Amino acid sequence: MANSTLSESLNVQDRSGSSSTMNTSIYRRRRLVNAFNMGASTLTMAFGLFWLFWILFTLLQHGLSGINLQVFTQSTPPPGSQGGLANAIYGSLAMTISGTLIGTPIGILAGIYLAEFGQRGWLAPATRFINDILLSAPSIVIGLFVYEVYVVSVGHFSGWAGSLALALLVIPVVVRTTENMLRLVPNTLREAAAALGAPQWKITLYVTLRSAKAGVLTGILLAIARISGETAPLLFTALNNQFFNSNMNQPMANLPIVIFQFAMSPYEDWHTLAWTGALLITLSVLTLNILARWMGSQKTQSH
Amino acid sequence: MEKFSNNQQMQRQMLLDNIFRVSTRCFAFLVLALLVGILISLIIGAMPSLSRFGWSFLVDSDWDPVGQKFGALVPVFGTLATSVIALLIGVPVSFGIAVFLTELCPNVLKRPLGIAVELLAGIPSIIYGMWGLFVFAPLFADHVQPVLIDNLGDIPLIGLLFQGAPMGIGVFTAGLILAVMVIPFIASVMRDVFEVVPTMLKESAYGLGSTTWEVVRYVVLPYTKTGVVGGIMLGLGRALGETMAVTFVIGNSSRFAVGLFEPGQSISSALANEFAEATGEFHMASLIELGLILFFITFVVLACAKLLLLRLQKQEGKAS
Repeated sequence: MANSTLSESLNVQDRSGSSSTMNTSIYRRRRLVNAFNMGASTLTMAFGLFWLFWILFTLLQHGLSGINLQVFTQSTPPPGSQGGLANAIYGSLAMTISGTLIGTPIGILAGIYLAEFGQRGWLAPATRFINDILLSAPSIVIGLFVYEVYVVSVGHFSGWAGSLALALLVIPVVVRTTENMLRLVPNTLREAAAALGAPQWKITLYVTLRSAKAGVLTGILLAIARISGETAPLLFTALNNQFFNSNMNQPMANLPIVIFQFAMSPYEDWHTLAWTGALLITLSVLTLNILARWMGSQKTQSH
Repeated sequence: MEKFSNNQQMQRQMLLDNIFRVSTRCFAFLVLALLVGILISLIIGAMPSLSRFGWSFLVDSDWDPVGQKFGALVPVFGTLATSVIALLIGVPVSFGIAVFLTELCPNVLKRPLGIAVELLAGIPSIIYGMWGLFVFAPLFADHVQPVLIDNLGDIPLIGLLFQGAPMGIGVFTAGLILAVMVIPFIASVMRDVFEVVPTMLKESAYGLGSTTWEVVRYVVLPYTKTGVVGGIMLGLGRALGETMAVTFVIGNSSRFAVGLFEPGQSISSALANEFAEATGEFHMASLIELGLILFFITFVVLACAKLLLLRLQKQEGKAS
């Protein structure tokens, strides 16, 4: 009885037996579940995009009005007076560049070992494993480590300590991408070079690494994008500096920490500068990210 | 004469080869040594607190710089609570995004949408924190929190979670912002592992009349479950160690509280706030010990994630 009313309400034409009405209701339920879950999946995508655009919108809304020449020419002001972010921008650039310069060669060489010599032995698998853990290790712990090892023994905070902490964050990213990219290079290339009598170091540096250049560069760009927004490792290494300072051996101002300090303060004009700094940092990080991805896609197309 | 110089050159090249091999090996070893170095330096730095407080450090909820008495319960609890909230929100959303990107999305949109989700991962954490403090927290305090507190605050047991002043900042806000931050990581791992499911398997299920959801639930998910769990653990690792976003919105109170809307403290926010101004040997050492605990927890979580993902890779290797 219940079945027949159900089938009538569903407008089912086939009345040959109760099994077919059962099937229809199961069929409908499956479709309903499917539609619901796929709808939910689309909604989650919208949810993700919603946050991205909301954050970007707020940044533009609050930060855009603060951008003017002063930001790039004057140092951070005391509360209540005019100023810019020149010292912080300079410090961030200096530390990011030197951190990249320290970390990249180490990362590339370690990556070469993993890809070219890492077929046998215990070192390569262990390094690969540890490297992947360092890749997502909390950056604040890296800051603590540099504090313990460098800042304590030198006796003061400094730009170099900040660079060192950033370099330690660069290494795992570069190791990972270098290894992956070198593995994509076909073995026939290596064999061809070896058949011409090239020694291994020449094969690696002039043939393998060169053909993987675009990929490795992508990795470096991603690493720069990652460290240029990092705040936590700089808290106890570079500290902060209210004045313009180009001596890497002294505490150094940098954008993330200035943003942190200014945003946490109660002063309205400091907030404005913090938003401006936030916009600058986000735009440069996102540009680097997009640039890196664009280079990565160029590479895959050319092969 | 010519033969001699050839021989010499050969030897030089062999020497250079050896130098090259050994130096790359050294740098690979350096990466390994880095982890050991971090552990050792943290243990040495935490020694005063380790020897004075011992295991009671983990269960003591006092954090009193004046009285030089320290316990890690509040920050450890805060770290775990925010990460659990982040996963509870982040995992279903990431799963939905991964399903959308692999099964539903039109091919034209796949790449731009994938990039958009990855850009979410690219936004520096300090921006999340600042945005959370200035934009999200006031909205949340004015429009969402009062409703939740009024409606759910009186229910026994569950109500305890929803009590507290509607300030906008607190453990829940920190967890929510962390969720947005870990979504791209979990989603991209899930998408990658969903894409390795052989098309043949999926198409045979479709051929039997399955709906898209049934294919995802009974074919894709069982096939990739280790990878999915690995991705979730990876996200958990990120959430545990996240510093700046949490520091901005968690409220930084060292008092123990269970409520979702109460201000709290996580290990990383305690470090960020107090380390540069730490007074006294034990304060410093206790903070370093907190860092050690954080490093240990994330190490275990990330190692598990890595092992699960490795196992999936091996299975794949066998299958092909």
